[in-house]
Amino acid sequence: MNREIWITGIGLVTCLGEGRAAHWAALNGPAVPVVDTDSFAPFPVHPLPALNLDAQIPRKGDQRQMEPWQRLGTYAAGLAIDDAGARGLVADMHLIVAAGGGERDVAVDEAIAAELASLPEAEAAPRLNERLANGLRPTLFLAQLSNLLAGNISIVHGVTGSSRTFMGEESAAADAIRIAHARLAEGRGEIALVGGAFAAQRWDMVLLYAPGDALWQGAPVPLSERQGGGAVLGAMSAFLVLEHAEHARARGVRGIARLAAVATDASRRAAQGDSAASATRLLAGLPIADAPLGILSGDSGSAVQAEEARFLAELPRATPRRAGGLIGHGMEASFPAQVALAATAIEAGGFYPPLDPADPPAATVPRQILVTGFGMFRGEALALLEPAS
Amino acid sequence: MKDHLGRPLVAVTGIGMVTPLGWGAAVSWARLLAGDSGIRRIGRFPLDYLKTTIAGTVDLPEEADGGSTAFSSPERVERMAAFAIAEAIAEARIGTDGDFPGALMLGMPPVELEWPQRFALARLAGSGRYVDQIRVAAGRRDLFETFLFGGVGERLAARFGTKGAPISMTTACATGATAIQTAVEAIQRGETPAAIAVGADGSVQPEALIRFSLLSALSTRNDDPTRAARPFEKSRDGFVMAEGAAALVLEDYAAARARGATIIGLVAGCGERADSFHRTRSNPDGAAIIGAIRNAIADAGIAPAEVGYVNGHGTGTPENDKMEALGMRAVFGDAPPPISSIKSMIGHTLSAAGAIEAAASLLSIRDQILPPTINHLEPDPAIGLDVVPNVARPVTGLRHVLSNSFGFGGQNVCLLLSAPPEVL
Repeated sequence: MNREIWITGIGLVTCLGEGRAAHWAALNGPAVPVVDTDSFAPFPVHPLPALNLDAQIPRKGDQRQMEPWQRLGTYAAGLAIDDAGARGLVADMHLIVAAGGGERDVAVDEAIAAELASLPEAEAAPRLNERLANGLRPTLFLAQLSNLLAGNISIVHGVTGSSRTFMGEESAAADAIRIAHARLAEGRGEIALVGGAFAAQRWDMVLLYAPGDALWQGAPVPLSERQGGGAVLGAMSAFLVLEHAEHARARGVRGIARLAAVATDASRRAAQGDSAASATRLLAGLPIADAPLGILSGDSGSAVQAEEARFLAELPRATPRRAGGLIGHGMEASFPAQVALAATAIEAGGFYPPLDPADPPAATVPRQILVTGFGMFRGEALALLEPAS
Repeated sequence: MKDHLGRPLVAVTGIGMVTPLGWGAAVSWARLLAGDSGIRRIGRFPLDYLKTTIAGTVDLPEEADGGSTAFSSPERVERMAAFAIAEAIAEARIGTDGDFPGALMLGMPPVELEWPQRFALARLAGSGRYVDQIRVAAGRRDLFETFLFGGVGERLAARFGTKGAPISMTTACATGATAIQTAVEAIQRGETPAAIAVGADGSVQPEALIRFSLLSALSTRNDDPTRAARPFEKSRDGFVMAEGAAALVLEDYAAARARGATIIGLVAGCGERADSFHRTRSNPDGAAIIGAIRNAIADAGIAPAEVGYVNGHGTGTPENDKMEALGMRAVFGDAPPPISSIKSMIGHTLSAAGAIEAAASLLSIRDQILPPTINHLEPDPAIGLDVVPNVARPVTGLRHVLSNSFGFGGQNVCLLLSAPPEVL
């Protein structure tokens, strides 16, 4: 079976705001980056907007059981369910979350490191046990477990059809969307929730990504001008409600867009051009029309941008929009966020204006939009969206 | 050959295993059947201030007895997973060295910088602050690649030449079963003719142990390590953390037969159901556990009465075992099949458990023998199940085994393993 799958709900939070309308307006207006260059200097970060958490996580007890990453994702998941009008469908809704690591207690980490790092190991190790046993809050463990974002979505929103958590940075999200789409297309369920969250404003995340020289330093410049530079982390969360088209029609719901295809691979990147070639092979399997094609692309560092440029050069009828320059790189949330922006444009019947000096003007509104995803370490992914018929 | 839903049958043609009882499926299985325990006093780090001082640690071949903290969790996961995969591929005789003709589904724990790495950076920086550690970590590609969530999967994919993007996943204690389910579905969809599903865990380091301890999840029966894990027993007081890995080579059954492979068994059904009740406890009504079991049995197209044995989740926490017993009675009624927990011998291998237990389930079918639940001194009247106490039990006519995995966070996955269809 290859059933038609629609996106019927979007929960999107980035530095530009919350929801489809806010993003459509922000990206069509004078695009002003929202950047915090001080808090994590020398690494800039696109911060989260203020969230009315009570609206999606009404119980304070639930909020206390989470740290910002899980709260952000649980919040955006709720926005998606509301957008789909699917509150009554959560019991049999399937869930795939692309997760990173949960928060650490930075103050405890810094105090322990300061106190014990220079001691001889025989002395430091017992004291480490003591400090951890007394210093770690029991509930923090649950806030740190990667699969507990999904767990919290089940608890807070009642999503219980199934629950899986994929790990592996950008690729995890692309495969989450691919597999959620494939399972619905073959008839394993009627509706699914898929997405990720990234709380960028965290020193533990900077410590994870900065050693790969993967992050931009100093005030951000447009993506196309970051010669030799890295990505700017962006706080964001994006969840999509995917639904079998017939199921949506039967309950009187219009699709925001049709998710026509998702394809992923991971080249070894042994040589320049491998990643672009991998994306080109994926493209060959997609039902791309012989017509103008919109492209939405993210920000995953300059080495990857060169591969993406190589890939795009083979698509002469494509109009790229480098939305990643405005919302930053949200790791597991990036690909879902770009898919959400693509669906938003399709539903609005338009496309985005140039978002980067290298984005060309467009003469026509493309009917299909291709979302590209290149992981900063590994992974190539494409998603093709078009109007829901 | 198709199943009752018209999907290709999914065969298991290779099994690899690393457990606290040994490196290798044969040694692990033999010692499980002998009722041996792999639980011991932790030798990897000092045990001061710890409530729990025992675990089912796995030493790497080059480590001295007990090991050290020199190897981080992702390094241990990668080493054990690689061993199990290599063993499974060798048994399946599929592909060529470094060129496996299918996907990689990897169940593993979340990983992050550990204290040895943090202390080393702090010493270099002369400061405990993150901002200073980050400054001295510039250019440390080794740290970046080791602790990325996608790092282990990438290295395993490169080594074995699997196809497509490797997918790493976690559903807490159900992780290994989720990896198998995701692989089975990919074969059923025709996405890939074969797949490696592997679950691996190597998390016995101070902070992980303390975190579980703070949740009051671990046994504190430290004085008698081999008798600490007591699933389904009246005096059970928690699970014992452990390490290990198991890998299955899964193939489209028809393709496996066509190439002359020996079929060990089938993954005939997968069922899942999430719980929305609590972060560490099941809903007292057991609905999610019951739903996952029923879904697995229904997915296999058999009746509950055809299940001959259950390889239980059986962690040995008071709560889990009680809920699992409730689920057994709800699904199987007054005559439930025997259920045993190999966690009584190897502890809870966490992300690996679902895969190790699926492997053991298949070996039970192959060898027609049920591994015991050891340390069964006094039955818990609230459980009331045949737990195959203390001694392995030869059986005849065993065709269908249920393997349960229930995770923190409410993620429940059950697998239904079956004898090869050509075996009558």
